Amino acid sequence: MNYLPLAAFPVNFLWYALPLVVAVSLVYAATRHEEMAPILSHGLRVGAWIVGFMAIVIAIMVAMLWWVSD
Amino acid sequence: MVKGLRPEGIPQNVCRKAVRYQQSGGNLPVNKVAVDPQSQKTIPLKDPMLAAFLAWLVPGLGHLYQGRTAKAVLFFICLTGTFLYGCYLGSGDKQHDVGWARVVYFQWDDDDIRYSYFGQVGIGLPALPAVVQAFRARHGKEPLFGGFMAPPRPVAATGPVHGEDLAWKALANQPTLDNLNSELRGYFELGTVYTLIAGLLNVLAIYDAWGGPVFAQPRREEEERHSRKKDEKEKDKEAEPAKA
Repeated sequence: MNYLPLAAFPVNFLWYALPLVVAVSLVYAATRHEEMAPILSHGLRVGAWIVGFMAIVIAIMVAMLWWVSD
Repeated sequence: MVKGLRPEGIPQNVCRKAVRYQQSGGNLPVNKVAVDPQSQKTIPLKDPMLAAFLAWLVPGLGHLYQGRTAKAVLFFICLTGTFLYGCYLGSGDKQHDVGWARVVYFQWDDDDIRYSYFGQVGIGLPALPAVVQAFRARHGKEPLFGGFMAPPRPVAATGPVHGEDLAWKALANQPTLDNLNSELRGYFELGTVYTLIAGLLNVLAIYDAWGGPVFAQPRREEEERHSRKKDEKEKDKEAEPAKA
């Protein structure tokens, strides 16, 4: 099996998504609530949802990479 | 619904909030208040149009004007922080000296139409130097502050067209778009994404300053409405054969 394409996967660039996820989830949650406590808990849920969605997409892409490079 | 309460031009949902608000003894005009359906707390929106404009100008400023300080701080930190970090990613360093915040610029010609700027300008004042730089270039003046938010140099002069020729001369010392991409590598796109998302997110904050939070409807109320609709449909179905 050829692992070379996987090595080229820019994993480090994924860290740049983290501040964006935090900002997006907090701002989105803040437009749905007025008090700080519900904003933070909703923001946490939205953030988890986004990270989960990204994880699924990455898993699919990595699987496709394996399949193509095989 | 209280008869005659809804003035013309006030949407239905605002009116429902206003009914609850006025029943609780509120005295602000109906379009200048939002009501949290769960806690029944009222949120004074003061002058919503002015608040929206201020929210566009500086993220959080509209909320500060309305006295919603916690949200003002949250919006300011999240949105301005994201935008500035994007500008930082899109800036050069000693090795790749292309100037500061090169990912935010306004340009509209055949070679490069910068659509991203229409999202980035959602952040307001922090993105406006790009308009000043583009305006200067169009009138043959060199960009200020070492090319901060200045448009890149056009690849070639496209003929003796007055405006474009002037811009080309004014931007002669600036890097081209190709230079920016090769010098900043992936960070050019990354910086663009950061600044674009900050601008677009501020649109949500502007709406929040104008109309208050988009509260989720309490689940019980939603379920009741759903079951009422279902009952009505069933009744209609039963009534149809009877008519026939």
